[in-house]
Amino acid sequence: MRDFAELLDRLVLTPSRNAKIRLLTDYFRTAPDPDRGYALAALAGTLTLSTVKPNVLRQLMLERMDPVLFQYSYDYVGDLAETISLVWEGTEPDEADLGDLSLGAIVAQLQTVGRADVRNLVRTLLDRLDGSSRFAFLKLITGSMRIGVSSRLVKQALGEMGTVDVGEIETLWHGLLPPYVELFAWLDGHSGRPELTMPAVFHSVMLATPVGDRDLDGLDPADFVAEWKWDGIRVQLANLSGTRRLYSRSGDDISGAFPDILEAVDFEGVIDGELLVGGTLRSNQATRSFSDLQQRLNRKAVTRKTIEEYPAFLRGYDLLFDGPRDMRPEPFDVRRDALERLIATTPPLHFDLSPLVSFASWEELDRLRTAPPDPVIEGIMLKRRDSPYTPGRMKGPWFKWKREPYNVDAVLMYAQRGHGKRSSYYSDFTFGVWTEGDAGQGDVLVPVGKAYFGFTDAELEVLDRYVRNNTVERFGPVRSVRAEPDQGFVVEVAFEGIAFSSRHKSGVAMRFPRISRLRTDKLPRDADRLETLVSMIDAGAPVNDDA
Amino acid sequence: MRPETLLYPTPKGLFCEAGGFYIDPVHPVDKALITHGHADHARSGHGEVLATRETLEIMAIRYGADFCRQSQEAVLGETMTIGDVTVSFHPAGHVLGSAQIAVSRGGTKIVVSGDYKRRRDPTCLPFEPVPCDVFITEATFGLPVFHHPPDADEVGKLLTSLRQFPERAHLVGAYALGKAQRVIMLLREAGYHEPIYIHGALVKLCDYYLSKGIPLGELRPATVTAKEKPAFAGAVVIGPPSAFADKWARRFPDPIPIFASGWMLVRQRAKQRGVELPIIISDHCDWAELTDTIREIRPGQVWVTHGREEALVRWCELEGIKARPLHLVGYDDEGE
Repeated sequence: MRDFAELLDRLVLTPSRNAKIRLLTDYFRTAPDPDRGYALAALAGTLTLSTVKPNVLRQLMLERMDPVLFQYSYDYVGDLAETISLVWEGTEPDEADLGDLSLGAIVAQLQTVGRADVRNLVRTLLDRLDGSSRFAFLKLITGSMRIGVSSRLVKQALGEMGTVDVGEIETLWHGLLPPYVELFAWLDGHSGRPELTMPAVFHSVMLATPVGDRDLDGLDPADFVAEWKWDGIRVQLANLSGTRRLYSRSGDDISGAFPDILEAVDFEGVIDGELLVGGTLRSNQATRSFSDLQQRLNRKAVTRKTIEEYPAFLRGYDLLFDGPRDMRPEPFDVRRDALERLIATTPPLHFDLSPLVSFASWEELDRLRTAPPDPVIEGIMLKRRDSPYTPGRMKGPWFKWKREPYNVDAVLMYAQRGHGKRSSYYSDFTFGVWTEGDAGQGDVLVPVGKAYFGFTDAELEVLDRYVRNNTVERFGPVRSVRAEPDQGFVVEVAFEGIAFSSRHKSGVAMRFPRISRLRTDKLPRDADRLETLVSMIDAGAPVNDDA
Repeated sequence: MRPETLLYPTPKGLFCEAGGFYIDPVHPVDKALITHGHADHARSGHGEVLATRETLEIMAIRYGADFCRQSQEAVLGETMTIGDVTVSFHPAGHVLGSAQIAVSRGGTKIVVSGDYKRRRDPTCLPFEPVPCDVFITEATFGLPVFHHPPDADEVGKLLTSLRQFPERAHLVGAYALGKAQRVIMLLREAGYHEPIYIHGALVKLCDYYLSKGIPLGELRPATVTAKEKPAFAGAVVIGPPSAFADKWARRFPDPIPIFASGWMLVRQRAKQRGVELPIIISDHCDWAELTDTIREIRPGQVWVTHGREEALVRWCELEGIKARPLHLVGYDDEGE
């Protein structure tokens, strides 16, 4: 338990992705089975334990602690599990009485304990574990890890551990169960790839590379088909041998949030597509924006009302399995024909087909790309007609050609120090645009977004220096910087979308904003106005101001 | 006499009227008795200063030889008479030179513990319990949440990280007086004998500890030009915590921010400060040390100062010991 507890303590405080992966791989390499498998399950969210209610923990605590002292402690720490892990004083039994305190042994006890004995077991284990392990144990039994590690990241660490592609882990993932002994034996190199006992219903997805300079030179447009790149999330829908699931691109099971789609499945197979909300093309209703889709994302369950207000559907891109038949080795054209036939038989409110875009030359396609017919389109996908469905991101068979991002010139207003590598830099910036202030105030800046990337290291030096030399006020880690019509710092902000938002003072929220250029050539008075941003929402299309 | 008239708080600090002196005053006074050299307890500009030799020497290093008009050394365990009271100094185990100050008059004895801790510290003398009527205790970590783990385990975390991330500089934030030297000694005791790099703010005090025969091993200045940056891969660099948010930290390769402090026990505290590797090493008592000390000394009453007074007062009440908070201002109960 101790090793796992130390791993959690380190992961919580480590911002760097690579460092997290190193901590995870080191742990997986050194921890024994089945401990590491249960740790993996706990981190990836596949460990099922009957959870203990916070109130039970509080009662256990108050059996041996003055309520006033407990309240002082809880007020100070703020988190119940952490407070208990810190204030609990063990009864210090003899070393020999401790029993097996490995993660595996503790999980086994928790899985077999009867309802009536849970309290006693928890009390005994709290007595025997050390402080850090108590915290990990309490996190396990309250069912909330929240340590900033996604299941995708954990799978990447597994891939690095066994020097196999993360796609292979994703493909196996849903066919394996904790404590993943066969998986680790394979990654350790002690045995072959695990044989799946249930159908592996998630298949690692095929990804596209961006069209770069001259990438299309010398390619024949006739070898490719084009389709719109829709602004939803890429998903895989599987219904095989009675197992029906909806997965995100990285293999996370998101079925729980989309019962409307799962209930509508009336075919066997595996479809690759875009998850969207609104009306399908077959129902002749508008597809809705990404911010509407967000109302449905990151939920474990969903209410009827939300489903009615934000109906979800799947727009088919590709067919991986047609019934039990593996279509992946077939060329795109063949898979597409089969997909068209399949979609035609499905319920029209929940499934439609991503339409193909006909074009004769790259120039024509470029024109289509910059003026797409629907605001929920974020670009063009190009797929070689003869390409089989191969997992991963390979250059050549599939390209994505995004439409230009939106751009505005904004004024730096606040800056905050970054984390990790950037902890000595002011690298998180809040920027604003002009709007009319209250009566008599004239124009004022209103914050419209925050960005912490997009700039180069050299540009960061410039920004950091500006912040340090032009600080007006400090609020904890945040500094407000000089921002007046004739004195301030203008940045060009690029973003992928914009929507009305009642949560922001400005009334708008940008999607994926980043600082694309430093406009040291401009004065703050030349920066954009809020009205410009609002008109982008109405237009639903990029505005090219400099062009 | 009533203890409340022997020593009482004033805006300038804890005052002994019968002796005409203040203990750790926060403003300049004619006569000051100083428990230890930390800046919030030992200030410059007093008339006469009475303190242990080490504390006087530390004050001279920090403020210059003219830090007061006249200084006098207090020898540990020796009783002195000042005005109508007797005074003696006893080791507090907090940092080098730290002392508790016992003040007696008419059969009433008050011990001002200053800051103190009970666990072993290779850089200073251990705390010595002194029987008394009133024990004035600090309460920096006066909440039941604070249980500082064994020092060796904490230093072990740093050594593990050095093995795990050999390409990164390990930047340890530690206060310049006491904590920095203790961390260095704990590393040496754990078998770490590489040169340790220190920030400029630590040099004079580390030199002083070395001159007192405390074997800190090889220390090098943490000065570096861009060309030498890779040389700090896998190195331990110790500096004041404030330096890490500064441009100073940029000279090191992919630094891991580490902080050696009792506050690091609470994860949210570490997170807020951007600390990636908290090392829970404190120069103050944790909850168990505070309560064990009160049980051991068993004073007639306990006065609780700087920190979380209310919890320790509550604990004393539950134990049947008379206790009250002593509201002193001007001490930095976060600086650790």
